Amino acid sequence: MKTEALYFAIRNTKLLVGAGIILVLLGIGVIGPFFIDKPPTEYVGMQMQPPGGEFWLGTNTFGQDLWAQFVHGLRTTFLVGALGGGIAAVIGMVVGFLAGYKGGWIDEILNMLTNIVLVLPTLAVLFILNAYIGVRSAGMQALFIGLTQWPWAARSIRAQTFSLRGRDFVDLARLSGVGSGRIIMREIAPNMSSYLLLTFILLFGGSILIASSLDFIGLGPTDAVSLGLMLQQAHQWSAMHLGLWWWFVPPGAGITLIVGALYVANVGLDEVFNPKLREL
Amino acid sequence: MRRYFGRKLLIYGLTFFMAVTVNWLVPRLMPGDPVASMLARARVAQPEAQEALRVYYNNLFGFDLPWWQQYLNSWGSLFRGDFGISLWAFPTPVADLLTRAVPYSLALLVPSILLSWVVGNRLGALAARRKVLDNTVLPVSYVLTATPYLWLAALMAWGFGVVWGIFPVAGGYSFSMTPSLTWAFVADLFWHWLLPFASLFLVALGGWAIGMRNVIIYELESDYANYMSALGAPQKLIRRYAFRNAVLPQITGLALQLGVLVAGALVTEIVFSYPGLGSLILAAIQNKDFFLLQGAFLFIVLGVLIANFIIDVVYVIVDPRTRVGMAGAAA
Repeated sequence: MKTEALYFAIRNTKLLVGAGIILVLLGIGVIGPFFIDKPPTEYVGMQMQPPGGEFWLGTNTFGQDLWAQFVHGLRTTFLVGALGGGIAAVIGMVVGFLAGYKGGWIDEILNMLTNIVLVLPTLAVLFILNAYIGVRSAGMQALFIGLTQWPWAARSIRAQTFSLRGRDFVDLARLSGVGSGRIIMREIAPNMSSYLLLTFILLFGGSILIASSLDFIGLGPTDAVSLGLMLQQAHQWSAMHLGLWWWFVPPGAGITLIVGALYVANVGLDEVFNPKLREL
Repeated sequence: MRRYFGRKLLIYGLTFFMAVTVNWLVPRLMPGDPVASMLARARVAQPEAQEALRVYYNNLFGFDLPWWQQYLNSWGSLFRGDFGISLWAFPTPVADLLTRAVPYSLALLVPSILLSWVVGNRLGALAARRKVLDNTVLPVSYVLTATPYLWLAALMAWGFGVVWGIFPVAGGYSFSMTPSLTWAFVADLFWHWLLPFASLFLVALGGWAIGMRNVIIYELESDYANYMSALGAPQKLIRRYAFRNAVLPQITGLALQLGVLVAGALVTEIVFSYPGLGSLILAAIQNKDFFLLQGAFLFIVLGVLIANFIIDVVYVIVDPRTRVGMAGAAA
């Protein structure tokens, strides 16, 4: 089974292209900052320099090195995406498994809760939370995003669990006296592991997009540079009107590349795991 | 059908209840003494504003009242339509500011949501199982759906507004004009509306096309489609039936996407300095105008709930199964 998945994985162009782009950008974000000795907010050179030899992405109106900001921003953006997506995936899994497996009134309550959070416009909730409690770190931002993004994951995991619950092997485990938690972990979750991975990837991409909106509105972390914050500053200091395209094009392109690559890799993975979708 | 609507309305009622409660609770979770810190953070210059603020905060937090009474009072003022006084635009009531901004937001949201949904569905249905189209529509759709709303808006404002200079990049109408019902003003309004609308439309388009393509492929492989083609029905007819079935999950998808679409419209408005709710929210955050922020929050929640309900009604009209009380629509 494992080798079969691998066999199709290395032959799937979508997966390879998507994963390749993500790995390159992740590599820049993880390793890049070590090669930049100055903090990304330091005023290092001439103002409003177009991209060139010394400053790869040019400088902004304050003379800050935009390549340094981009590299550090990539790191923050990946961090918020992974943390926010991870938290949302964990909550979604707990709620989905419990509701789907236990059924009855637990399902009723959890399902109601899921539906309520699902119709709430989450970005508006995040405005309120961020503005009052104040998000000053990327971790906090990720936590808030994770706390609001889980409902659709919970809903689809619940539906999957529901269909697995009545299978013979689950009944057998229950008859032999295995506890609910163990059945969920050992019998149900492994049977939908590929689905859980796909869910996490989608939540990852979604978290990055939401974080960029929050940053742009001025509710981003204050102790870090992120791609969304670069866009916010570019807008605040009217980079568009000054013609400083190198200030706002690269960070937006970075976000689009990451999220797009995640989605494409997701489709590729889906084809790897699901024989019906394979094009041979 | 009564059960279906009953359940939906219960969820919406609970959601609204929860939104109001969150709105009431979150300021009370602020660390430290909220009134003092909010007065300090508000940085209001006019003394009468400062005084009004102190009285209002003390009323709002009402330290002399038990918490349940504070809570009930907040509901009371909500039903009177009293959202407080804006600090940023003192002494305009928040409700006035919001009702002035809502038409602009709706003018952007409603056409872009509906058009992107209709066009996206058509595109996706066309692309499904047609190699050439599929290989062009699908990649473009993935790029569009991965694009942050604010970035496409910024690119369009820069490209069409600054570089080519054919579109205005800021405001709902030219500063030299006063709102009136003349052709010149309406044309100006339309000209300012076009770019923000187009960027919202484009980003939303991709998601609908992808969704429709995937559902159509699934429908074209179903038993009824195979049966029809075995009977020799023309491909066009089979596709039409598949499309009608595939529209149903797309309607559900529309309801689920509303929050994301509204969020996209808010940031797009900010990029174009469009005088809708998004720009108000930005002003509220920059000026620490918490009443305005909270009022905007409740307006958005209410709007999304109403839109959800409209979609539910449409679903019942479109899907006959929900009408006769068969399973049909999932809750």
